[in-house]
Amino acid sequence: MDHLLALGDDALVAAQRLGEWVAAAPELEEDIALANIALDQLGAARMLLTYAGELEGAGRDEDALAYLRDDREFRNCLLVELPNGDFAVTMAKLLFLAAYQLPLYTALSGCADERLAAIAGKARKEVAYHLDHARLWTLRLGDGTAESHRRMQSAVDEIWPYTHELFQPDPTAPVDPAGLRAEFLAIVEPVLAEATLTRPADGWAPEGGRRGLHTEHLSYLLAEMQVLHRAHPGARW
Amino acid sequence: MSDHARTLPGAGDGGRTPSDDTSRPANGPARHGGWPLWEVFVRPRRGLAHHHVGSLHAPDAELALRNARDLYTRRQEGVSIWVVPAAAITASSPDEKDAFFDPAADKVYRHPTFYEVPEGAPHL
Amino acid sequence: MHGHHSPVPGDGPASGLLDQVEEAEAALRAAAERGRPGAPDGHAVDADPQEYFTALIEADQKIEPRDWMPDAYRRTLIRQIAQHAHSEIIGMQPEGNWITRAPSLKRKAILLAKVQDEAGHGLYLYAAAETLGVSRDELVELLLAGRQKYSSIFNYPTLTWADVGAIGWLVDGAAIVNQVPLCRCSYGPYARAMIRICKEESFHQRQGFEILYTLAHGTPAQRQMAQDAVDRWWYPSLAMFGPPDRDSVHSAQSMAWKIKRFSNDELRQRFVDMCVPQAEVLGLRIPDPNLRWNPERQSYDFTPPDYAELMRVISGDGPCNRQRMARRRRAHTEGAWVREAAAAYAAKRAGRGPAATRPAARDGRAAA
Repeated sequence: MDHLLALGDDALVAAQRLGEWVAAAPELEEDIALANIALDQLGAARMLLTYAGELEGAGRDEDALAYLRDDREFRNCLLVELPNGDFAVTMAKLLFLAAYQLPLYTALSGCADERLAAIAGKARKEVAYHLDHARLWTLRLGDGTAESHRRMQSAVDEIWPYTHELFQPDPTAPVDPAGLRAEFLAIVEPVLAEATLTRPADGWAPEGGRRGLHTEHLSYLLAEMQVLHRAHPGARW
Repeated sequence: MSDHARTLPGAGDGGRTPSDDTSRPANGPARHGGWPLWEVFVRPRRGLAHHHVGSLHAPDAELALRNARDLYTRRQEGVSIWVVPAAAITASSPDEKDAFFDPAADKVYRHPTFYEVPEGAPHL
Repeated sequence: MHGHHSPVPGDGPASGLLDQVEEAEAALRAAAERGRPGAPDGHAVDADPQEYFTALIEADQKIEPRDWMPDAYRRTLIRQIAQHAHSEIIGMQPEGNWITRAPSLKRKAILLAKVQDEAGHGLYLYAAAETLGVSRDELVELLLAGRQKYSSIFNYPTLTWADVGAIGWLVDGAAIVNQVPLCRCSYGPYARAMIRICKEESFHQRQGFEILYTLAHGTPAQRQMAQDAVDRWWYPSLAMFGPPDRDSVHSAQSMAWKIKRFSNDELRQRFVDMCVPQAEVLGLRIPDPNLRWNPERQSYDFTPPDYAELMRVISGDGPCNRQRMARRRRAHTEGAWVREAAAAYAAKRAGRGPAATRPAARDGRAAA
């Protein structure tokens, strides 16, 4: 079930970060767009974690997995747990996440596991929209004003190293992410070029999320997310 | 700023000052550095006409279309959306044949928003 | 949470009110069918604009954006619709405060959708105000400058998860009681916006009710949390209907113009009468020792809210006024570079502005 946790935790943590934007977006229309994307990711997370819990067969439902695991048990990539930063950082994170999730969900929608294929088929359509949204904003920020260009380039530079972890080989998964990096680059590089942004050089490649070795940020994120649920063991909400 | 020139508080005589919208590029930035206004039309289902559902602000047509999807159709698939710069719309008055409206004064008006949405429109 | 159903009667606590929304919509259509007074054949009426305006109002016809209208009517509508829009936007904050800590993923999703709806409703209302010839930017500036108000209720803090339930049940409940008559407002864009908003908000009150019901029937700590929230939100919710009729400044003229259909005190009474049986279903106590059925009036007698407190909160000295405004200002200020970037990009694409120039960051210079 580790590959399901990886997918589900990516979506859950991404949703949690996007939820932090509520009532803080640059414009009201964008508040609505970010909430939509958060709702999509949260919806995918719930289906994936529910399925993971059923496969495990230990009686854990989506909430048990979301609220009662510690950071060392989370399997999400480091990219999604990074703080939101400014709007440019959030859009860089979304662009790279969506450019990874789109080919991944597309491949998974044809995999032998029918339940997973159905979840991926739904998520693929949603992620295509997330990619579109991030692309539009990357173009506008990259090719907007001098300040927005500077911020967007800085955001891309900051987040780029974390994209390598997304394509770590996992031969046991229904779709091995290692084979998706070419598609990722084929999506991302033209966007960066059109946005007049420099594609960062590959180099430092932090990783560990898939093994439960996270950044310092995740524990704080979980502390906030889990505080109420954990304060009332066994309660229903 | 369009409609208000005739009747905003302080306009006094209800005169017919030309709207400054007419001198602004259709999708150029509005005053205060804000984003211009767009009118949104939605076809809820195949076989039905597009209907005006409301308006929104966006910097350009691409984002206006995305924002319209988020705001007026939420999660529905398969609908068709038009967005039109509000400043590009030329309007008659609701009672245009009435004597106290000079037909020559027709000009861009802002947007008679929230027309009825047809039955079966998304999420209503 | 699936399979856990609270015994909400009908379509929820607001089902009777939703019927009234449907009726208001039917009335709007019927008025449109009837057509305007004095012009059965659609031809010109050589009338004085003021008289014609008054005739439209008396015939229960809608006033539309390009119609002549008295300046004071326009001013009143701009003030009221803007205040309403600001309330939706500021109102995102107290509930948004709990999105990251919602105690189940299902509750998190519902709350996100609800707060998103509030942003949408704010946008509908700003758009309705814009038909009166004021821009959203101007209204936002007036809000940020403290020159336009928003509902005082959002200046109270959400201290526990149960507050999210109490806001849904009491605050949204009061809002619906207030808003349903506005579906019949004489100004067309506002009436249509309210019809749409009331329909979308029907789920808001229901989710609040369900949160409280679940807590009230949960562990002792949860039950206490629910009662504490109701204790804190009851009187501020009563105050949402505004000052008592004897002190209400704008009421008489607004009633004559059919912007307002019922007085503050009438709506407040309607809200109390609606809440009492719902509180019984919840198993929670309304914190009013004087609350009792009055068979003569066929209504509940109740203790009025502390109007002095209401005035203090409106004038800026509520628990969270400064915090709410600071957050709104920060989002606006911190978003400025994004809005400017999008406008600059659009201008370049449209072939205007400095199309050929690339961002100055190229040569390492910081942005202006």
